[in-house]
Amino acid sequence: MGLTGLFLIVFLVVHCYANAQIFLEWLDYGRGYKAYGEIAHFLGSNPIIRIAEVGLFAFIILHIVQGLMLTAQNKAKRPIGYNVAPGNSSSKWYTRSMGLLGTLILMFLVLHLAHFWAPNRYQQLTQGHEKDLYLIMEETFQQWWVVIIYVAGCISLAWHLVHGFWSAFQTLGLSTPKYKGLINCIGVGFAIIVPAIFALMPISYKLGWLPPAAEVAQFVKTMAH
Amino acid sequence: MEHYNMNLTLKVWRQQNAQVQGSFETYQVKDISSEMSFLEMFDVLNEQLIHEGKEPITFDHDCREGICGACSMHINGKAHGPWSGTTTCQLHMRAFKDGDTIVVEPWRAGAFPVIKDLMVDRTAFDRIIQAGGYISVNTGNAQDANNLPIAKDKADESFAAATCIGCGACVASCKNSSAMLFLSAKVAHLALLPQGEAERKTRVVNMVDQMDKEGFGSCTNTGACEAECPKEISIMNIRRLNSEYIKAGLSGSVAK
Ligand code: HEM
Ligand code: SF4
Ligand code: FES
Repeated sequence: MGLTGLFLIVFLVVHCYANAQIFLEWLDYGRGYKAYGEIAHFLGSNPIIRIAEVGLFAFIILHIVQGLMLTAQNKAKRPIGYNVAPGNSSSKWYTRSMGLLGTLILMFLVLHLAHFWAPNRYQQLTQGHEKDLYLIMEETFQQWWVVIIYVAGCISLAWHLVHGFWSAFQTLGLSTPKYKGLINCIGVGFAIIVPAIFALMPISYKLGWLPPAAEVAQFVKTMAH
Repeated sequence: MEHYNMNLTLKVWRQQNAQVQGSFETYQVKDISSEMSFLEMFDVLNEQLIHEGKEPITFDHDCREGICGACSMHINGKAHGPWSGTTTCQLHMRAFKDGDTIVVEPWRAGAFPVIKDLMVDRTAFDRIIQAGGYISVNTGNAQDANNLPIAKDKADESFAAATCIGCGACVASCKNSSAMLFLSAKVAHLALLPQGEAERKTRVVNMVDQMDKEGFGSCTNTGACEAECPKEISIMNIRRLNSEYIKAGLSGSVAK
């Protein structure tokens, strides 16, 4: 769990960094669209990244299967429960809810892959070029329900990481007394900042904080000539 | 602390043996002194039951001074009751007030089956210790005290781990019924000392293997064990256990 979890954390860093390029729009008109287009194209076409993607899916599946099995097995270790359960008196709710939070993330993930990954790869295979993902995001995030589900997914991820980040280091025996405080600080910071940046994406498109794809694409094209 | 008397309602788990189903029974106790220990309150209740011609409640206890780890009771949703860093025998009735209802249950874990009423079978812990919680020593004359120099910080840390009394509150409070805090205390205690060096690698793999065989769950680092441990054993010991286990595994040690 710890190893696969840490790998997924590394993935989140890359994913978040790439997507956050769209916010460069707030510095210069056209800059975010261009930068994001370039990095998306690089990640989408580079053969090494294509191979890494297979590994990523393997790790995601491994993490999910392990996580669900672990949750079920551990639950079965107490056939008769308490009449008065300890509740939050001895541990935080999110540390006990990793299986639930993970399942919420999984539900979000299926929708998320269906929105972007699947259509893009399909077009790549059939037509040989990728989609304009800036445009697809704009279209996808027109609906309120989609924005709400994405924000809820990010909140689940945040709580999962608040515990998961430190927990992975503890499981691997690396959270020594000297570094425990630091690891926890970085973990909580990571758990707040990364999901917040992700959540800002659908919100920004929905509220029109980013320039419309059609206009900014035209602008970037004319600039290039 | 001002002394007072109280009347209480007790809901206690009664179960004839491991084979039959148990249920809660409700009892009233009167004029309980705030200076009694929780177990003394149970003695009063049991005397009352004997006078009424009923069967007294079976519960585990031995030292009644917080060092043997026998007095396993889950009181109002907390292992050993509301005070932290306290065994049931050291819990005093001043933790409660007149008119309170107190729910008392046995430790709940598949690996700790109920023997009778509030008494559970904790021999799984003994078998984990037998799997590796020992050291090999040359017998003969007692050695000179300073033969084996041990750094003060190591000695302190080892001693803190060694204060584990094997009570099982960690298992009882963990949502996974994991015995990792207990095991980690035993492993860390010996791994920190030169005396433990000889069996350092085989000890950790064999003890973990035995723990799994006994049917305890795995650790997901919720920290409930540390919060409920009467000896305040730190989950930093679990960190050490994980590190010892990974190192032993990498060096090729397998459980026998
Ligand atoms: C998609 C469905 C997911 C499910 C069903 C799931 C489930 C779980 C479960 C049950 C645990 C064990 C609890 C624990 O060890 O504390 C866990 C731990 C963890 N998860 Fe997830 N998770 C999912 C997604 C993710 C994602 C996307 C990430 C990446 C950021 C992630 C990162 C972690 C980390 C770092 C841990 C801690 C590992 C450890 O303590 O050994 N999980 N997950
Ligand atoms: S670690 Fe603490 S709670 Fe667990 S058996 Fe030892 S003393 Fe009891
Ligand atoms: S009876 Fe020995 S610790 Fe409570």
